[in-house]
Amino acid sequence: MAAPLTLVLVLAVTIRAVLFRSSLAELISERVEVVSPLNAWKRVVEGLALLDLGVSPYSGDVFHETPLIIYLFHFVVDYAEIVFMIADGITAVCLYLAVQNYNKNVFRKQKYALEADRYPHDCLELMRSPREMHYIPLKVAMFYLLNPFTILSCVAKSTCGLNNAVIALFILSTLKGSALLSAIFLALATYQSIYPLTLFAPALLFLLQRLYIPVNLCRSSFWFFTLQYAFMFVGSLVVIVCLSFFLLGSWDFIPSVYGFILSVPDLTPNIGLFWYFFAEMFEHFRFFFICVFQINIFFYTIPLSIKLKEHPVFLIFMQIAIISIFKSYPTVGDIALYMAFLPAWSHLYRFLRNIFLVSCVLLACSALFPVLWHLWIYAGSANSNFYYAITLLFNVGQILLVSDYFYAYLRREHHLSQGLYLRRKDGSEATLVLK
Amino acid sequence: MGLLSDPNRRKALTSLLTRLNTPIWGMPVEWLVKTMQARGLEVFTQSFTRTLPFPDENKERYMVRGTNIYGILRAPRAPRTEALVLSAPCSPDNSNNQAVGLLLGLAQYFRSQIYWAKDIIFLVNEHDLIGMQAWLEGYHHTNITGMDYTPLQGRAGSIQAALSLELSSDVITSLDLVLEGLNGQLPNLDLANLFHAFCQKIGVLCTIQGKLQRGDWDTAEGYTHAVQTMMLMVLKQASGRPWGDHGLFLRYHIEAASVRGINSFRQYKTDATTIGRLLEGMFRKLNNLLERLHQSYFFYLMPSLTHFVSIGYYMPAFGLLATILLLRALDLWVQLGTPAQVTEDGAGEVEPPSSPGVLSVLTPVVISHLTGVALYTLPVLSQETAVEHFPVSETEAVVLTAIAIYTAGLALPHNTHRFISGEGTEQGWRVLKLVALLYLAVLLGCTALINFSLGFILAITLVPAAACVTPHMPKALTALAMVLLSPGCTLLYCVFIFQELQEAPVTLPEGWMLFLSVISQGILDHSLYGSLVYPLLALLIYPCWLLLWNILFWK
Repeated sequence: MAAPLTLVLVLAVTIRAVLFRSSLAELISERVEVVSPLNAWKRVVEGLALLDLGVSPYSGDVFHETPLIIYLFHFVVDYAEIVFMIADGITAVCLYLAVQNYNKNVFRKQKYALEADRYPHDCLELMRSPREMHYIPLKVAMFYLLNPFTILSCVAKSTCGLNNAVIALFILSTLKGSALLSAIFLALATYQSIYPLTLFAPALLFLLQRLYIPVNLCRSSFWFFTLQYAFMFVGSLVVIVCLSFFLLGSWDFIPSVYGFILSVPDLTPNIGLFWYFFAEMFEHFRFFFICVFQINIFFYTIPLSIKLKEHPVFLIFMQIAIISIFKSYPTVGDIALYMAFLPAWSHLYRFLRNIFLVSCVLLACSALFPVLWHLWIYAGSANSNFYYAITLLFNVGQILLVSDYFYAYLRREHHLSQGLYLRRKDGSEATLVLK
Repeated sequence: MGLLSDPNRRKALTSLLTRLNTPIWGMPVEWLVKTMQARGLEVFTQSFTRTLPFPDENKERYMVRGTNIYGILRAPRAPRTEALVLSAPCSPDNSNNQAVGLLLGLAQYFRSQIYWAKDIIFLVNEHDLIGMQAWLEGYHHTNITGMDYTPLQGRAGSIQAALSLELSSDVITSLDLVLEGLNGQLPNLDLANLFHAFCQKIGVLCTIQGKLQRGDWDTAEGYTHAVQTMMLMVLKQASGRPWGDHGLFLRYHIEAASVRGINSFRQYKTDATTIGRLLEGMFRKLNNLLERLHQSYFFYLMPSLTHFVSIGYYMPAFGLLATILLLRALDLWVQLGTPAQVTEDGAGEVEPPSSPGVLSVLTPVVISHLTGVALYTLPVLSQETAVEHFPVSETEAVVLTAIAIYTAGLALPHNTHRFISGEGTEQGWRVLKLVALLYLAVLLGCTALINFSLGFILAITLVPAAACVTPHMPKALTALAMVLLSPGCTLLYCVFIFQELQEAPVTLPEGWMLFLSVISQGILDHSLYGSLVYPLLALLIYPCWLLLWNILFWK
């Protein structure tokens, strides 16, 4: 399988190289759907220039990325395009290996369960075969590398690509079972943008499952491992933050990075939900709504973890999707990361209910974003309501997609335990209704 | 196309003229500068050059050189933050001299008034739209179209509104209001209403699309007249070219309209003084604006000057056409889904129907788009070789190459089927049709939002073809129907209908010549002003139609 993966990598690098050299690169790096105030390359260059002058890069409210990024680019700014292409490559390879590992585990568990005769007899058509699962890792890598969203994000040199690479490394190290590496990469991802903090729960659940420690609040082994993992995570985070302090010599990166992400002062339109709301908000209520919007992202972890505690990898997928939809400055690069996972759930296809509608909505909205931006900003015939309508529709489409996959996953699990053709107590056919 | 079709004769003529060292015609730059300065304006000039991709009939040479002259009347007691523009194009055959004269007269009159709160710029541009584009790009410090111009020495603040004047004689019988701009963009309806209200107040006859208003709305003739006026507006908007010098202002978010004076056989004639009073009134109204005109509609169609159809009325018509495509796509999706569930076996999994199908669909899509790219780039690139081998002028070469590539695309399915393995025959064409329908729906939707008329005309002809085409229909009849509904033929019909509606019907050979000139003008507009009609048709609509053509000939 290495040869097809290499071929896909070569193709992806060619497409990106061609686009880098064309005149479209300038155009793409200015699109608000692709770059945000957090991860625009223009701002990184600005921060580097300020650093070279000896001034703090965070003065002037232009640069909002972390100090480690600025030091990375301090050394490799001449090879920036190669860095971003390598980041995309790392993400794709990590996702490939992670999904390969996951599929092996899934197949092994299924084999044991079949041998233990734990599935009802009419569920045989729901069983997954190695032939079907053979090409899934390659499809995941392809979905990430050849996704137009990823290509746009890479050509715009948005640091979202680096963020995706760190999250992909985190997923790989978690699935391989290395708690220390997983904690370190999670700390790096959280350090860059706060929201990957919610991935702590699924990682913890996965590692507990791997070590056969039951998730029981009364058990001491559970608490012991949780504290170990939390200590590793918090320790790495503290080390990285202190390293940033020593690199720059001051603490002003904390309000500029984390204060910026949490308090959303910049209301440039993007594909998220924050900007329009807060443009219309009175100052009196602003703090309350900021809290509500930010808690919204972190809140879904609790019910989802309770429901999906046996399926932590699907929980990782759901969490990444929720972060991409509800974060304060989303871009299409974030969306590309969770969409890369969709081939891993291709066995759920028969239970998906809205896939046609959702794909049409997402396609149409992606095409309409630049049109309505042009009508609003350049032609002056439309206004922000038109653009926000498309943003809302796009996010509703994404939420429908994620909840559809959630429904399909739960339904398959239900069928695996209760049988495919459901019968009521008196023997008549029953249908499954999601309440 | 005449004496100058022969390149040798053309070269001889150009060299003769160059030897005589006379310009073919010239604008009296020094005289205009002196006159404007005598009237107390701050006068500046701007020279520009533009290389045309191919010489068209009007210019007959590759490079166009010219000078724009503009004078700024500074507002006496106001800060210089806003401006209004009055422009008159200086045309080669001296047909617009009255407008320039009126401009200068107005400048002298305006200079003595104290109520101006905005600066007024009096602009005389050469070579119509090319000069106007150069001036606007210089004023706004942009360079969208690759023009070469000297930077402007004097500026007057952000332009709030502009009027362009075209007068061919010193007495007129009516004034025609032209609203359609580049890419079908229209000024705010308030500007049109303002002009019409003023004409009524002063007592000047005002028309739109060159047609007089009728009072009888209830009769069939009145209704037909209104529909004809509206259809003229639709056709003009769909062409995507600016129908007056004002058309280029709209891109910079400046409300602008063109006023054309028409002298026809009518008893009551209006002289230049009345027109001057009319323009003075318009400018005083625009002078009092506190903000840019934005309260009224930007998207409308006008069956007459007193009636308009807003976007809320005409968009649902388009929405219903797009729904046809979406319903057909849904139907195909269900068809693609059901057979797969019928043929289940014990151990196999149901694969998503799109994944094996996508790769086989990729080949026709890529080939269609490559043909579209060829249609977009080859005509202009290959004019040199065409002129060497065939006895045609460059313009004819470009147009005929475009038509040749378009027709060559019709032969594609027969050739590409030798390369495709033809796997998954029944499934394959359904997947291709699903992709083509969704692609067409999104494309038409985006087009209708930017230029409604273009989107609607394309929808009327393409939606029936797209919804109905299958490989199982009688090939010859359907092929003929599809060719008749293709974008190229739609353009031909539009040319004929346009001439009919303007009450100047043309015979078939004349119509064909007009069609060829429309194609060359479209290509020229795209490279000169950034009109989107030609790239849209060549790069997106034509490949989509080729996909449908592929489906018809699917084996």
